[in-house]
Amino acid sequence: MTRETIRKIEGFVALLLSTLAALLGLFWLVFILGDVLVHGIKALNLGLFMNDPTPPGIVGGGLRSAFIGQLLITITATLIGVPIGVLGGTFLAEYARGTKIAHLISVLSDIMVSVPSIVIGTFIYAVLVKPVGHFNGWAGAVALSIIMVPVVLRTTEDMLTLVPWTLREAAFALGAPYHKVIIQVVYRGAATGILTGILLSIARVAGETAPLLFTSFNNSFFSANMNEPVASLTVTIFQYAMGPYDDWHAQAWAASFVVTMVILLLTIAGRLIIRWRYK
Amino acid sequence: MIVVLIGVVYVLVSESSLAIKKFGVLHFLVSTDWDPVKEVFGAATNIYGTFLTTVLSLLFAIPVAIGIAIFVTEIAPNFLKGPIGIAIELLAAIPSIIYRMWGLFTLSPIMGDYIEPLLKKVTANLPLLEVLFRGTPMGIDILTASTILSIMIIPFTASISRDAFNLTPSIVKESAYALGATRWEVVKNIVIPYSKLGVFGGIVLSLGRALGETMAVAFVLGNNHRITSSLLDAAATITVTLANEFTEADKDVYLSSLFYLALVLFVMSFITLAIAKFFLLRAERRFSR
Repeated sequence: MTRETIRKIEGFVALLLSTLAALLGLFWLVFILGDVLVHGIKALNLGLFMNDPTPPGIVGGGLRSAFIGQLLITITATLIGVPIGVLGGTFLAEYARGTKIAHLISVLSDIMVSVPSIVIGTFIYAVLVKPVGHFNGWAGAVALSIIMVPVVLRTTEDMLTLVPWTLREAAFALGAPYHKVIIQVVYRGAATGILTGILLSIARVAGETAPLLFTSFNNSFFSANMNEPVASLTVTIFQYAMGPYDDWHAQAWAASFVVTMVILLLTIAGRLIIRWRYK
Repeated sequence: MIVVLIGVVYVLVSESSLAIKKFGVLHFLVSTDWDPVKEVFGAATNIYGTFLTTVLSLLFAIPVAIGIAIFVTEIAPNFLKGPIGIAIELLAAIPSIIYRMWGLFTLSPIMGDYIEPLLKKVTANLPLLEVLFRGTPMGIDILTASTILSIMIIPFTASISRDAFNLTPSIVKESAYALGATRWEVVKNIVIPYSKLGVFGGIVLSLGRALGETMAVAFVLGNNHRITSSLLDAAATITVTLANEFTEADKDVYLSSLFYLALVLFVMSFITLAIAKFFLLRAERRFSR
């Protein structure tokens, strides 16, 4: 064999391997999604959203409390996390632009994005659950918002930095004070980007289980009271999947299906907005 | 942000102070005892489990992830690049609880019934490898957990490597092609040397991710406070121990030890992530010049 053929064969084998790797990645995606789809749709019915859980063995139980609870916790977390994140990002990108402290904070929040969420759960347990004496919905919401803040903060900062500086100067030249410039000029330019960041951060926390496990805990009765333990879909999946009953497993699959769909829709919506805006 | 960070550290330290006083720092880290009844706690089994699953899953994930990155940047025709990139990112967006459902009900029976007996048969006559696959194949063990973890971290590593590969100036690549290099030679000799800092940072970042993953492995790993050489045994990681035992901890020392574990995990992942960040920043700086 000549040197050339060897090189060609080597190149072919390497490229074939990496193509296979890409196919393997796609294979897992299809495998997992297909599995959730098949099991989830089988167990999906209207009663799932309308009824409260029944004791195992009795037909007709649903997960109404978990759906409502999840919604409550996520919305509260969004209400706490988004303003802090957006304001923090604004501070970093506008008032503290280029300073050492801004750089430090953005590096730190990059790290915080990946800090194990269960550690946040233990932290909130010590701060908000132990003093109160029982698990409560607020603690879960706060835990989720802590996970949310770094994500929103970083995207806001990036998006605001993308707004051209000359645009601000034009507004200054018209005599506008800085806060007016930020609200009326900079935010308008960066609105879609920030919105995307918020959507992605909601998608991120909606699937979190670990921090809710020791904070909002679970509740098999319907409750919209955030001072009580509140049920959530993810913790319900956690408990039902462990349980020995077949109808629990079916409901866990249905809940997984709903959670996955919501999160994938949010993620795809986020990506589409980015594409539509920055192309 | 800084306030929250300092708050987390402070609260974790103060909550675990009871255990720190009782077991000491070094002793806690190397002791393999974990006995809630006698109130003796050590972190070694958990750290060992965390370390083992993480390293194994990285071993599975890195070649695949880099393969994907090469495919997306160099091989795929243009109309495929977008969809495959999005598909990989969707894989990253699936919440870990779904991975766990899937791992528990779908993957672990497959592993237990088919793959692990096969591995046992193949390695039965090899003296060194045989130790790795001793025991009954159950499907609930380190191997399954690492497989799931590796599926979870592939997207992170792949997308960061892809971004790093894309930083290679196309003029350099074109010069190499002009010299008659094959596509693989361009990747091997031009793209990878150019982007190794970024890829390395991405790998360390996924390491940090894998350290903290709880839910995906909570069920398929079992919860076994023992150091074992076989990959077919159940084990415990820090996160799994926390998830399973936190709400059950009835004594102060027990709870405090769990906080101590959380602190250890926090420090470990913080250090890894900081290292990753350092490499990524250096990679960026090199190219912005």
